[in-house]
Amino acid sequence: MELLRFATAGSVDDGKSTLIGRLLLETKQIFEDQLEAVERTSRERGFDYTNLALLTDGLRAEREQGITIDVAYRYFATPRRKFIIADTPGHTQYTRNMVTGASTADLALVLIDARKGVLEQSRRHAVIASLLQVKHLVLCVNKMDLVDHDEARFEEICAEFGDFAAKLEIDDLTFVPISALEGDNVVHHSPNMPWYEGPTLLHHLEHVYIGSDRNLIDARFPVQYVIRPMSHDHHDYRGYAGQVASGMLRPGDEIVVLPSGFTTTVAGIDTADGPVVEAFPPMSVTVRLADDLDVSRGDMLCRPNNMPDVTQDVDAMVCWFSERPLQAGATLAVKHTTRWSRARVQALPYRLDVNTLRREEGPAALAMNDIGRVSLRTANPLFVDEYRRNRTTGSFILVDEGTHETVGAGMILGTGTPS
Amino acid sequence: MPTQLSHLAALEAESIHIIREVAAEFERPVLLFSGGKDSAVMLRLAEKAFAPARLPFPLMHVDTGHNFAEVIDYRDRRVAELGAQLVVASVQESIDAGRVVEETGPRASRNRLQTVTLLDAIAANGFDAVFGGGRRDEEKARAKERVFSFRDDFGQWDPKNQRPELWSLYNGRHRKGEHIRVFPLSNWTELDIWQYVAEDGVELPSIYYAHHRPVVARDGMWLAVTPFLTLLDGEVPEERLVRFRTVGDATCTGAVESSAATLEAIIAETAASTVTERGATRADDRISEAGMEDRKREGYF
Ligand SMILES: Nc1nc2c(ncn2[C@@H]2O[C@H](COP(=O)(O)OP(=O)(O)O)[C@@H](O)[C@H]2O)c(=O)[nH]1
Ligand SMILES: [Mg+2]
Repeated sequence: MELLRFATAGSVDDGKSTLIGRLLLETKQIFEDQLEAVERTSRERGFDYTNLALLTDGLRAEREQGITIDVAYRYFATPRRKFIIADTPGHTQYTRNMVTGASTADLALVLIDARKGVLEQSRRHAVIASLLQVKHLVLCVNKMDLVDHDEARFEEICAEFGDFAAKLEIDDLTFVPISALEGDNVVHHSPNMPWYEGPTLLHHLEHVYIGSDRNLIDARFPVQYVIRPMSHDHHDYRGYAGQVASGMLRPGDEIVVLPSGFTTTVAGIDTADGPVVEAFPPMSVTVRLADDLDVSRGDMLCRPNNMPDVTQDVDAMVCWFSERPLQAGATLAVKHTTRWSRARVQALPYRLDVNTLRREEGPAALAMNDIGRVSLRTANPLFVDEYRRNRTTGSFILVDEGTHETVGAGMILGTGTPS
Repeated sequence: MPTQLSHLAALEAESIHIIREVAAEFERPVLLFSGGKDSAVMLRLAEKAFAPARLPFPLMHVDTGHNFAEVIDYRDRRVAELGAQLVVASVQESIDAGRVVEETGPRASRNRLQTVTLLDAIAANGFDAVFGGGRRDEEKARAKERVFSFRDDFGQWDPKNQRPELWSLYNGRHRKGEHIRVFPLSNWTELDIWQYVAEDGVELPSIYYAHHRPVVARDGMWLAVTPFLTLLDGEVPEERLVRFRTVGDATCTGAVESSAATLEAIIAETAASTVTERGATRADDRISEAGMEDRKREGYF
């Protein structure tokens, strides 16, 4: 069984929580005690129907205010796939939450209220999904029951959204007309919309092909931890543990160690369940090398004919999370793969208006939830690839050195020119 | 060879990555090991993460004193097998030292007291990262929890002010006195745990499999009759065929009636189950709709 991770996005009240509740309920992931608790609460609050949104809104404050505050993770499985849902809330701190949910998603599911049509927010969801290189986007036109299940209304929304999405990097765009409340086209085809011949939402989630989304070409192995047993049985054992970021590694492969530049070959690839003949993402393995080299955490193994850029100048799109604005000259800690470094903000070339895609040149600062282009100078070299080619070696987080909070997320565009 | 991992292999790879990040970035991690199935799987993953070397951190059991003998045997056996170091943080000692006051009455539970014992042990040992076996599918407050979950000086969790967590880039930075709770099993479900136990051959305490035991019906659960349980008026012990879905303090962990004596039977039952494991078996979670959130804020597991 395969794993599919998806993130949900939509404006407040578009029906995200209801849709997730519906998916969980109809795939029998909701248990009687959970449903009873939700039914009881719905009755106590005087609702006319069971509010499935209560299944996902878990914090006291969320239940009291009827909103979703923070990204919540949900799980369900069908015989074909196991799903991990990042349910990202639509109101405050929207961008931050959606960026977080989308960072690990294979697919983004954007909801639109059929009555309201494509809103500024819907465009923003699509922009964020494409910035985060989520390859598959599903637009769910929800609340079809409130527009008489009208095909023309659905087509109109698809056309408008499709025009906008054409300007973005989205490989695969699918439209599904649904009613989360009544369950139409979520798991079962709707008798109310005989004109819709596409797959139900669940069928699409079960069958969308994600096998080619991973980068199996550029071998990148960030060294995470050095295993040296220092025991009598494994006297000379020295292995480099880590998770394959991209590409494939096989015993016998010639490799180069960054930053030292030494070359050697892979002597073997171990796991606790025995050696393997090849390692690919997202496997966690331990690589042994043919030569005794000085290799430590933060180094990277790759192939001599296919190396990342080794650079101290990084150009990236950064999503800023902190209430304290980001300004040129700021010093931050950056975590990239298994490497930490200090970094200084050299310049803020532009701020991106995520609603219109317009660039505002030379902003004074990036405020909370802003996305903008940032040039960084790092204290130590990083081994980077473009984010659109490699989500692992192309991403980093920014951490405040005083508060230790995670204040930004970066997607690498390239190596900047030293200034 | 196909280049797509099964969902269990992908979950395993993610958990091992998390465990190694902690070993690499923290000075004094510790892994909470109760002998329950989640901590058993977590320990197995930790063992795999560093093989063929030993675990680079100790284990800790927060011991309420109300244990199932089978679980303590199992705990000690695993510790010996791994050549690991075990720290036992005792709730009884916290009571004796006057750090907490034992609840009284027939329904007294040491569940909530564990938080003080846990936090005291974290402080006394200077632990800066604490691995817990919590899963997000267990409970709605846990669904919001980060993999690296920050705890302030008082061990408290602030669910409204959590660090964003992106890709697999975990931020474990903290000041002295603060610590990070780490949940390598965040993305596992109960069914995943059982499937993994079957696939990997993880050993579990025998009480997870159907067995005959004297129990009493209370609050819709079967509580094991042990020296720690005070019977209420009218409660009559009876022998039933039961198994446990979770294992915690013997006075508040209920058994379910079941004849599932093999992993295949347990997996089939879990897949068909209509009640969550906590709803079925944990008196402590029935306190209120926000029971878990409140306890977690205080520093509970
Ligand atoms: N009529 C109708 N109402 C819906 C549908 N989906 C959601 N709703 C209602 O819209 C409101 C907001 O839903 P909720 O799931 O909380 O939205 P969220 O803010 O996106 O999570 C609730 O009152 C739902 O019952 C639908 O398909 N049809
Ligand atoms: Mg919601």
